[in-house]
Amino acid sequence: SKNSELIPSIKLRHCCLLRNQRCLTAYLYDRLLRIRALRWEYGSVLPANVRFHMCAEEVQWFSQYKKSLASFMRSLGGGEGLDITQDMKPPKSLYIEVRCLKDHGEFEIDDGTVILLKKNSQHFLPRWKCEQLIRQGVLEHVMS
Amino acid sequence: MDTQSYLPVQPGVGMGENFLSLDDIVLSHERLPIRTECSFPRLGFLEKSSDSQDIPEGTKMELPLWLSKGLYEKKRRVLSVELPKVYREGWRTVFNADPNVVDLHKMGPYYYGLGSQMLHFDSPENPEIAQTLLQTFIGRFRRNMDSSQNAYNEDTSALVERLDCLEKALFTSGQSGLNNFQSWEKGQASQLTASSLVLNYRKRKITDIQP
Repeated sequence: SKNSELIPSIKLRHCCLLRNQRCLTAYLYDRLLRIRALRWEYGSVLPANVRFHMCAEEVQWFSQYKKSLASFMRSLGGGEGLDITQDMKPPKSLYIEVRCLKDHGEFEIDDGTVILLKKNSQHFLPRWKCEQLIRQGVLEHVMS
Repeated sequence: MDTQSYLPVQPGVGMGENFLSLDDIVLSHERLPIRTECSFPRLGFLEKSSDSQDIPEGTKMELPLWLSKGLYEKKRRVLSVELPKVYREGWRTVFNADPNVVDLHKMGPYYYGLGSQMLHFDSPENPEIAQTLLQTFIGRFRRNMDSSQNAYNEDTSALVERLDCLEKALFTSGQSGLNNFQSWEKGQASQLTASSLVLNYRKRKITDIQP
């Protein structure tokens, strides 16, 4: 009977354990949601300084998410594939004016021409080539 | 329009909580005045005012919502929860008279959230509490919606400082819609932008370099 008196205390301790578990799970889940968002906002290769802050399981999760997304995109358009991470905003023109925000080296466009992306240089480039670099903060979309 | 790729878990609606919602976790940290209806042996260290080894029956103390909910039982009466002042009859009369004059941030900041959670503790005043929560929200909603849809490019701190967290979230959402619409009207909606995650990360990197 002395033991049954302990039950409220045991229950309280159990609530605390469940609380810790909830906090940890919610934190880890929120991290995953942010890592998933990176695939859409940044691209399929994460910068080293972001990967530095991810644990091994998260890196693995990202790589598997990438694979799932890629095979889904390949299956669209009757097997021809469609990159749905492009054209997130409806395109208004094929070519856009961009300004380089930092040195990014040489950049080859589809007809073989090589452009040097030097800081502050401005170029008139195909939209689909620039989209990812704009999202990554390398180029800036200049509106006329 | 900024593409929204990061979608955090929303808080629960009404009396429910979402297990993974960070907002609900912070809400359930709020403290409630309770009275123990049984003793808690060997947990005396939790109750700072007395030096005993156990928490005796009839102790009045404050526990966070998550612990109060976890321990609360209808039949065995482990603890009973007192209504915080804001949800008692005195304040309810004030809210019913004119909900717009009240500073809900000071009363809360989780006035609606905590109020909804209080309904779990079987107070005889539950119907009145629920009614007041609802009528207060309805009474204030029109003004909040109007101001969130009309305050463009100005300092909104005066409008926001007397809102509780739920109203603040709605206000932010309204502002975001307004700003997106204005940007579309100006023809800026088609401008490709850097990811907000990249911009935030860049800001943090600069402070890393500074000693």
